[in-house]
Amino acid sequence: MSGLTYEAVARFAQQGGTIYFGLIFIAGLIYALWPKHKEAFDRLAHLPLEKDESDHV
Amino acid sequence: MTQAASKRDGAPFDAIALYTFTGVAALLSILATAFTQDPSFRFHGYVLIAGFVTAFFAMSLALGAGKLSSDQSRYADGVIRAGVIATMFWAVVGLLVGVVIAAQLSWPTLFYFPELPFLNFGRLRPLHTSAVIFAFGGNALIATSFYVVQRTCKARLAGGAWPWFVFWGYQLFIVLAATGYVAGITQSREYAEPEWYVDLWLTIVWVAYLLVFLGTIWKRKEPHIYVANWFYLAFIVTIAILHLVNNAAVPVGLLEAKSYSAFSGVQDALTQWWYGHNAVGFFLTAGFLAMMYYFVPKRVERPVYSYRLSIVHFWSLIFIYIWAGPHHLHYTALPQWAQTLGMTFSIMLWMPSWGGMINGLMTLSGAWDKLRTDPVVRMMVVAIAFYGMSTFEGPLMSVRAVNALSHYTDWTIGHVHSGALGWVGFISFGAIYCLVPWLWKKDRLYSNALVEWHFWIATTGILLYIAAMWVSGIMEGLMWREYTPQGYLANAFVETVAAKHIENVIRTIGGLMYLSGAVIMAYNLWRTVRLPSPATSELATPIATPTPALAAAE
Repeated sequence: MSGLTYEAVARFAQQGGTIYFGLIFIAGLIYALWPKHKEAFDRLAHLPLEKDESDHV
Repeated sequence: MTQAASKRDGAPFDAIALYTFTGVAALLSILATAFTQDPSFRFHGYVLIAGFVTAFFAMSLALGAGKLSSDQSRYADGVIRAGVIATMFWAVVGLLVGVVIAAQLSWPTLFYFPELPFLNFGRLRPLHTSAVIFAFGGNALIATSFYVVQRTCKARLAGGAWPWFVFWGYQLFIVLAATGYVAGITQSREYAEPEWYVDLWLTIVWVAYLLVFLGTIWKRKEPHIYVANWFYLAFIVTIAILHLVNNAAVPVGLLEAKSYSAFSGVQDALTQWWYGHNAVGFFLTAGFLAMMYYFVPKRVERPVYSYRLSIVHFWSLIFIYIWAGPHHLHYTALPQWAQTLGMTFSIMLWMPSWGGMINGLMTLSGAWDKLRTDPVVRMMVVAIAFYGMSTFEGPLMSVRAVNALSHYTDWTIGHVHSGALGWVGFISFGAIYCLVPWLWKKDRLYSNALVEWHFWIATTGILLYIAAMWVSGIMEGLMWREYTPQGYLANAFVETVAAKHIENVIRTIGGLMYLSGAVIMAYNLWRTVRLPSPATSELATPIATPTPALAAAE
C-alpha cells in the first residue's frame, strides 16, 4: 500500500487528468475544425431558421 | 408505437405505466404519513398525498375519456404551454420573495414577528434562491428544452404521457422544497437544502426527464444533433451527477425528515462547492446557452455566426467549468494546490465564455437593425452582454488576492445577480416572449410597447442592484480589513452592516423594478394568449419534414 500515498494519488490526478482532458479537448477541436465537416456545420447553423407551422412572428 | 395503434386503443402502455406509478406512489405516501412519528415528515406526507391522489384522479378521468393517447404526427406542445405558465408564475413568486428579503435587510424589523418563524430571513432566503433558480429557471429550461429538442430533431417528445410526469413531478418537488424551507425542514446545503426524501423524488423526476430528452434525440429525423441539444444534455446529465453526489446522506430513520450528510469537514466543503459552482456552470449557464443557440438565430432570422465556434465553446466550457468550484474555498483548510487549481480553471473560463458571447452577439450580423426595432431581440442581446460581463467578473473574483477583498461581501451578491437577473432572467424572458405567440398560435405579442417598458424598467433595476452591491461590497471588504495603529480591527461587524443601509435600500428598489417588469410581462403574455387566433390554425403543430439537402448530407 506504500504506493497509495496522498502525494502519489494527487500527482496522478493532477498530471493524468491534465493529459487525459487535454487529449479529449484536442479531439473535440480536431472534430470542429476538420475541413470535411464544414458543409454539414454550415447547414446546421441554419437549422433553427427552418419554418414550421408555428411560425407566425 | 404506430400512429394508428395509438389512436385506436386510447390507453397506450406509457399512460398505463404512469397511472400505475401514480397509484403506487399515492398508496406509499398514505402509508408513510400514517406510520411516521415525525411531525415534519407527516406534514410533507400530506403534501405528497394531496399531489399523488389528485394526479391519480386526474389520470383516471383522462384515461376514461381516452385523452392520453399521443398523436405522433404532431409536436407535444401542451406540456410546453404548461411549462411557460409555470415559469412565469414562479418568476413572479421568486422575485417577490427576493424583494421581501431585500427589504428585510434594509429594515430588519419588517415582516419579522418572533412568534412566526417562517417569516425569518433565514427561512425566506433559501425560498428565494430555490424559487428563482430551480422553479423559475428550471421550468424555463425544461419547457424550452422540450420545444427545442422537438423542433431540431423533427420528432415528437418520447415517452407519451411521461413528459407530463416530468412537468408535474418537478412542480411537486418545488412545492416540497418551498414548504420545507418555511417549515424549517432543511439539510442546510447551499442550493440543495431539501431533505433526503425530496432529493430522491427529484432523482426520479430527473431520470424521467433525461429519458424523455434522450428518447426524443434517439427518434430524430435529422442526422446531426443540433448544438443547443448538446448544451441541454450536458445540463441534464451533469445536474444528475451533482445532485446524487452532493446529497449523499443517511436519514435518521426511514420515516424521519432529518438526515446527515455522508461527508464531513473539508471534503464536505469541497463537495458542496463542487456542486454549487457547477449548478452555476451547468444549470445557470449551459442550459441557458442552449436557449441562446436556438432562440437568438430563430428570432433574428440569421444563422449561428460560427457553428465551429459553438462546438469549441461547448467542449471547452464542459471541460473547464467542472474544476472551478474550489475558488469558493480560498484561505480555508482546502489544500492550496486545489485552491490554485480552482482559480486557474476559473481564469481559463474567460476563453469559452467570451467565445460563446461573441458567437451569440455576432449571430446578429446583418440584422443589427432588429436591436432597435424588436425589444425582444434587445432583451436577448442585453442578456448575452450580461453573460459576458458576469463571466468576466467571476474569474476576476476567483483570483485569490481579489477574493481576499470580495469574499463574504455584497460584491458576491451583486455578481450573482448580474448573472441571474441579466443573463439567466433576460435570456429566459426573451425565449418566452418568442414562445408564447408560437405556442398559442398568435401573429404577435399583445403589446410591443409593454415589452419596451419591461426591458427598460428591468434593465435600470439590474443596474441599480449591481452598482449598489459593488459599492457596499468593496466598502465592507475594506472596513473588515482595516486595522488601528495598535493592530486591532478598526470596525465592529455591526458598524459595517450599518454603513451599507443606503445601498441595501437601493438594492431593494432595483429588485422591485425587476419584479415590476416581470409582472408587466405576465400581463402582456396573458393578453397575448387571449388575442384572437388566425382562423386557419390548430393548436397542435404538425411535425416538420427534414429538408432533403440535410438528410442527403449523411
